[in-house]
Amino acid sequence: MKRRQFLKGMGLAGLGATLPFSLVEISFAMGTKPAEHESFTFAYISDSHLTHLGGTRFTRNFDQGLRKAVMEVNLMDPKPDFVVYGGDLAQLGKREELDHGLELLSALRPPIKWVIGEHDFYLDMGRYWEDKISPLHYSFDHKGVHFVVLNSILTYEDWIARWPTAEERMANMARLDNPHGSPFLVGEAQLRWLAEDLAKYDANVPVVVLSHSPLYKIFKPWNFWTDDAEQVQKLLQRFHRVTVLHGHVHQVLYNQIGNITFYAMMATAWPWPYPVSYVQKPNQVPKLTVFMNRADPFHERDGTGWDILDLDSGTITNHYQLWMNENRTVAFDFKLKHPVDLKYQDPDKRIPPQFHY
Amino acid sequence: MKRISVWLLLAALAVPAPGDEFTEEDLKRWKAEYMKVMERGEKLFHSPLGSNNVSCDQCHPNGANTHPETYPKFQKQLGKVATLREMINWCLQNPLEGKPLALDSDEMIALEAYIHWERRGVPLAPGKH
Ligand SMILES: [Fe+2]
Ligand SMILES: [Fe+2]
Repeated sequence: MKRRQFLKGMGLAGLGATLPFSLVEISFAMGTKPAEHESFTFAYISDSHLTHLGGTRFTRNFDQGLRKAVMEVNLMDPKPDFVVYGGDLAQLGKREELDHGLELLSALRPPIKWVIGEHDFYLDMGRYWEDKISPLHYSFDHKGVHFVVLNSILTYEDWIARWPTAEERMANMARLDNPHGSPFLVGEAQLRWLAEDLAKYDANVPVVVLSHSPLYKIFKPWNFWTDDAEQVQKLLQRFHRVTVLHGHVHQVLYNQIGNITFYAMMATAWPWPYPVSYVQKPNQVPKLTVFMNRADPFHERDGTGWDILDLDSGTITNHYQLWMNENRTVAFDFKLKHPVDLKYQDPDKRIPPQFHY
Repeated sequence: MKRISVWLLLAALAVPAPGDEFTEEDLKRWKAEYMKVMERGEKLFHSPLGSNNVSCDQCHPNGANTHPETYPKFQKQLGKVATLREMINWCLQNPLEGKPLALDSDEMIALEAYIHWERRGVPLAPGKH
């Protein structure tokens, strides 16, 4: 049993809103084995899509989302050990956008672990990110858990070569529903690196993989998809406790494939629809996911937010911080061997806004 | 009474009324005209139409989550039954921080043509939320 709490809505309190501080307490065990490592908390901020308009001007809405997340993470108590930034900091990979993002994120007190997204990458193929921000793939250990960061938004060489300018390449990758898009790849070189990296670890060591795109296949027309996902999964399956945390899809989404648990993280910029809402093409949206509420466009921050992640007994409890909705908590159920929403998993408990069409 | 009997007479003579006749060619041309407007709408839908470089497809890839089959419907935020075109203008003015289009403008019709095309085959559900 453990207790954690944090304050929600401090930022709004300053604006005179009547939001009470909401206390979240986790006290479920669900048949866990004793922790094999020291439990800890980290935060995840993702998909801010900061958009440069010229000079020092940026799209207001998206700046607001990132500022709000930074402010709230700084109010977490106990403090997170680190913050993952999940990629798509920029909208069109511009230095102005990445610099602006670094400036806004410099207000964060905990250290940042960086994951690159396609919107950060395809203008200069990740050069500025690598020079100024972070390596594109790397691994680290934290309190007995092995973390692996992958650059999962690579793609095929012939697609990269087909665009006459860097700007066209970036614009075409930035358009989600682009019929001339190209699926994401981890790629041979990184797969080899991953195999070597993981070879050093015993199967009992909890592993957390951080990638921008989902490392499984959901909907190819929108690139909710990594083409060589199965090869990554194959390298991960021998571990008993594996979780993949990804950005890119801008929605509440979770899944279980064999030993691997998958969680999507919220975006601070805007929500994407679930592929089930596009009727012209079939999708493989995980049946396990209880959808987030349909977003109300009249509330600018609806359908956006960030995540608090508790790591205990090698598995993650994911607290979706939803700015205009009730927060959601999804945790691994050791009996069912997959993640469950602690309130809404039972189909009878679901509410009308969770139905998408 | 007189009018009806004239109609009956015309029908009896089996004079083809030209307005009722169309050929495969006509059907092809009409579809092509629609698709031209629809494709213009697709371009507009993927272009920054306001002042902040944001385009419709950023929240609505393939027009998803626009639900054109549900209009007109009650929009609680507007406090009235609204049309799809009014909602398009709401998006242009708010998330896109731009100016509304004339409701009968070519651009508005093109946007509507694209949104409907992406939702083809879905049964009408007027008033559904
Ligand atoms: Fe994104
Ligand atoms: Fe992305």
